[in-house]
Amino acid sequence: MSEEVLVQVEGLSKKFCKDLKTSLLYGVKDLFYSLSGNTSERSLRNKEFWAVKDINFELRRGECLGLIGHNGAGKSTLLKMLNGLINPDAGKITMRGRVGALIELGAGFNPILSGRENIYNNGAVLGFSKKEIDGKVEEIIDFAELREFIDMPVQNYSSGMKVRLGFAVAAQMEPDVLIIDEVLAVGDLGFVLKCFKQIDRILPKTAIVFVSHSMPMVSRICNQIILMDQGEAVFQGTDVGKAIDKYYSRFSDNESSVVFDDGSIEKVEVNLIHEKASSENKILHWGEDLRLQLKLKVKASMEIPVFNIIIMDKEQRPVAILERKYFESRTVEAQNEVEFTITHPNVQLSKGIYFISIAVLKQVNLEPLLRINNLSTFQIVHDEQHWQPFLLKTSYDIVR
Amino acid sequence: MALQTKIYQKENNLRLGKLIRESISDMYASRFLAKQLAIRDIKGQYRQSYLGLIWAFITPLATAAIWIFLNSSGTLRISDTGIPYPVFAFSGTLLWSIITESINAPMNNTNSARNILSKINFPKEALIITGLYKLLFNSGIKVLLLFVFVFAFGVGFHWTLLLFPLILLAAVLFGTTIGLFLTPLGMLYTDVNRTIGFVLRFVMYATPVVYAVPKDGILKWVMELNPITPIVTVARDALVGGDFHYLLYFSIVVAVCVPLFFIAMVIYRISIPIIVERLSA
Repeated sequence: MSEEVLVQVEGLSKKFCKDLKTSLLYGVKDLFYSLSGNTSERSLRNKEFWAVKDINFELRRGECLGLIGHNGAGKSTLLKMLNGLINPDAGKITMRGRVGALIELGAGFNPILSGRENIYNNGAVLGFSKKEIDGKVEEIIDFAELREFIDMPVQNYSSGMKVRLGFAVAAQMEPDVLIIDEVLAVGDLGFVLKCFKQIDRILPKTAIVFVSHSMPMVSRICNQIILMDQGEAVFQGTDVGKAIDKYYSRFSDNESSVVFDDGSIEKVEVNLIHEKASSENKILHWGEDLRLQLKLKVKASMEIPVFNIIIMDKEQRPVAILERKYFESRTVEAQNEVEFTITHPNVQLSKGIYFISIAVLKQVNLEPLLRINNLSTFQIVHDEQHWQPFLLKTSYDIVR
Repeated sequence: MALQTKIYQKENNLRLGKLIRESISDMYASRFLAKQLAIRDIKGQYRQSYLGLIWAFITPLATAAIWIFLNSSGTLRISDTGIPYPVFAFSGTLLWSIITESINAPMNNTNSARNILSKINFPKEALIITGLYKLLFNSGIKVLLLFVFVFAFGVGFHWTLLLFPLILLAAVLFGTTIGLFLTPLGMLYTDVNRTIGFVLRFVMYATPVVYAVPKDGILKWVMELNPITPIVTVARDALVGGDFHYLLYFSIVVAVCVPLFFIAMVIYRISIPIIVERLSA
């Protein structure tokens, strides 16, 4: 038996106005319309645009829907509608069960009151009864790891402490539907890990809608995904990896940039060497050899420099560095182009797009001469999508 | 356990009976929230203050002092009010301050909750109930001082004094209802708030706050039309144990206020999503 549908969204749309004065005027009109039942069809008025347009999905218990898209794509507006904070302009949302929202942590805090008092304030806003909070207050204090400071005014807390206290209260919710906005981005590592542990714990019992810009997080917990752009769902489905690829491809600004240059290098160039010469799009299959062609031209003759060839992932995080090579007592002549072939056998990076950055260093003391980010790019193709950067070749043997 | 189902869509259900029932059940459901928020605000208000509660009655006391001075120095000749003038003036300014506070309360409370309104879904009725709690708390303190006045000026105890809290409740209800009707528009345009402050300044002089209703003339006509007049007068009559003037008008005002309060609450409830949308867009 499949689990029951907890969230059902049909043809959901919302419009916003670009101009404040006009927006307020429409607000007054809407007030009167809504008092007369709001039955008429809504179309765009002057200076309005669709912030969310025709979104449809269903979410069952135990499922997690990721909402991704660049800033202003309509994700937060969609969340606000799901949470019932604002009404749709078209379409319908049906929510079943208790809805919890991690959109803002620590709502209802009064900075002048103590942490303990604010647990009650925040808990009340989140819909707990006094008895429930009384029963959980010790647990909350322990979870937030703030026992020492719990009777201090919240205004003297660091922002991280406030967030911890807020999450500790929110973590006590046992919702059927949980809506999470970008709140988990703040806080230190220990806190983020704790949050995820908590989310993992409640996931099987809950339908989660998760908004994030952190693709590793999305691919870690989501099993459905909607990629939004200008209010519309440009990709929707269970193929989380594909949506993430599409998301990244929208940021096609991968211009190489010279980060450091002391002027001694005339030119450095790195290119992927293809098996098939016709291949334009720099594709490599997982497990093939990564072969690079490196061209170097220097202004004044010097010993062959050392290369740091760094592989970065889509989020510009360095994931690997290729072994260095010291060419003892060999020089490159000025204005003479030298060409190297660099081979890394059986590349085991997981599926995705990678960038190559290079740092050229003097051989004697590793003094930097030139550093260029995103000098080149390549794509690894594989059947499986993983959010970990490496898929390591592995064999299993049954021993017993 | 059956799961509670919520549906969000553009169309509103306009069956008043159902809306009022929902509103009342949300008021009940959010009673802890309302109380907690009231405690939070009251504590927060006084914790960072040395004089604390004294601020609650400094304004009406000062206004009353000015009028008592004007009257006793002979600058202004105020017709006989039938009771010691300090009691008259102080009870008037005090009731007036309670009513104006009540009118402003729904908008102020909604405004200060802007931040959570746009982030968290909770029963909005709680904000209004919180406002009522806070008003009753503040008024309660003021009334204690008023009773001190009553005895200090030798008015003495009358059994009608026991009715005073009920009349106070009516005053708060009256103000809150008016404020509640103005809140949706006032949240969108700040003009509304300014206009309220401006208009109230004039209305005070058309209310028997510091002088009694004149025997004749246009002001008598205006004052007797003003729905705040019966509230102030009846409250004052209860204080001094006199015979009640305008009791009928008072009853009508209260009788009209109660259903209007619930209608205003429903309108408020429907308006909030629209307001949130315009504020946080």
